[in-house]
Amino acid sequence: MPTLTEAPPPLAPAAPEPAPARRRGRFTPYWLLLPGLLWLVVFFALPLVYQASTSVQTGSLEEGYKVTWHFATYWDAFSQYWPQFLRSVLYAAAATVLCLVLGYPLAYLIAFRAGRWRNLIMVLVIAPFFTSFLIRTLAWKTILADDGPIVHALNSLHILALTDFLGWTAGDRVLATPTAVVCGLTYNFLPFMILPLYTSLERIDGRLHEAAGDLYARPATTFRKVTFPLSMPGVVSGTLLTFIPAAGDYVNSELLGSTDTRMIGNVIQSQFLTVMDYPTAAALSFILMAAILGMVTVYIRRSGTEDLV
Amino acid sequence: MPVVSWLKHRLVVIAGLLTLGYLLLPNVIVTVFSFNRPTGRFNYQWQHFSTAAWQDPCGVAGLCGSLSVSLQIAVWATLGATVLGTMIAFALVRYRFRARGAVNSLIFLPMAMPEVVMGASLLTLFLNLGAQLGFWTILIAHIMFCLSFVVTAVKARVMSMDPRLEEAARDLYAGPVQTFVRVTLPIAAPGIAAGALLSFALSFDDFIITNFNAGSTVTFPMFVWGSAQRGTPVQINVIGTAMFLVAVVFVLVSMLITGRRGRRRA
Repeated sequence: MPTLTEAPPPLAPAAPEPAPARRRGRFTPYWLLLPGLLWLVVFFALPLVYQASTSVQTGSLEEGYKVTWHFATYWDAFSQYWPQFLRSVLYAAAATVLCLVLGYPLAYLIAFRAGRWRNLIMVLVIAPFFTSFLIRTLAWKTILADDGPIVHALNSLHILALTDFLGWTAGDRVLATPTAVVCGLTYNFLPFMILPLYTSLERIDGRLHEAAGDLYARPATTFRKVTFPLSMPGVVSGTLLTFIPAAGDYVNSELLGSTDTRMIGNVIQSQFLTVMDYPTAAALSFILMAAILGMVTVYIRRSGTEDLV
Repeated sequence: MPVVSWLKHRLVVIAGLLTLGYLLLPNVIVTVFSFNRPTGRFNYQWQHFSTAAWQDPCGVAGLCGSLSVSLQIAVWATLGATVLGTMIAFALVRYRFRARGAVNSLIFLPMAMPEVVMGASLLTLFLNLGAQLGFWTILIAHIMFCLSFVVTAVKARVMSMDPRLEEAARDLYAGPVQTFVRVTLPIAAPGIAAGALLSFALSFDDFIITNFNAGSTVTFPMFVWGSAQRGTPVQINVIGTAMFLVAVVFVLVSMLITGRRGRRRA
């Protein structure tokens, strides 16, 4: 037991060193890391291995599955469900763009224009999290109801006719169409865009704006040449935090969509839990994972912010 | 034109407030409809004002049971993830060790993985091991996906900490345990609290991963999901509204306290 009377460690370096080499603590980092990493290896990494093995098995629920290196499952699964894959990517991309367009002004407002209201607005952005997202998503059924004010307004402005023509809505309805699903996805992941945007905007030195103004830059130019480039880390992590969960989501499509808006998450879920075709479900899940990791890697490389982690 | 220039000057503020409205509209609906008395099984259309559901929030079979399951899982998952995550964060910031890159990517990957993939792959593990799905499998899953968020939150805080404070404590003959408890922990506390709060919220509200690994155990989000198919009782809205209010009050009170403390110090 170390006490106050214990002698100080011998040869304590007087000059501040970045990483004091403690002989006694040589194994300390490994003991600190061990339990948590073990948890992640057993319950995150190992399941992925099991899933990879399941995806190349053949057999049936009754007789059991055997690894037969049946890679054709991947091709069969993809050729059968590519529309759902495509739809997931499109919906997630649309929701991400909408989140950026809607979220940026709010993040900007909180960072630069809110004054003493800043904390209150922050609370209002975060507080909805504490109401279950399923309840809040169900509320969109009321908001977008067929005889609700929003559908009425869109109808009388002839906007629904246009979106029907584009295939975004169907007839006089918004519910059970792609628009409703994208609206729900945008709503659900908007805070994940706003918070990182706010964090990077808040770090910008306000004097840079003044300097740009002094150099005769108009507000729009200041935004384009100073503010937006400096907020890029927030834009990148915000788009990732929105796109990744949106692409794998099946809740919005299930609650607000129809069979025509099924995303790949819906397929994986029903293949696993209802159809119980484990190899197909595992293959689909693996394709989704590879696709998203691939896209994320390319995106991070191209945007040049690799110090996100 | 003064109106146009006024609008142009406040364009950002107006757009931002519209977005805030979009974010809060569903909560307004949830609150209003907690006072509804629907005629059918679903609570999507306004009928009559009633406080019946507020007087009897547990009046629906299984609702409060599922709430208690969710709370228990959230508490234990928060505890587990916070302890394990804080340990990892300290190791990452304070020590040099091998395979640092591998450790970092093992922490980062769960946050970059769609929930369906994590839930489905964890289910294949449990099925292969023949594990009984239920409370424990949900808890295991929740600790797993909360862990990375705790590490990130605590790491940020510990990194910005002045190492000389601990050196000073040691120079004043504090032992390692005493230094940790009296100096390190209080400074790291806001990061740990943020990680714990995030874990609690993530665990309590998780549906996708839980749905794969729950077996016949019903958490609160799963109850809501089931009722979306069978009929939504008004009590769901009551619970949702109450949780929103508790959160807002909690945050406002804590802000008031820290604000007052800051002023006194100034």
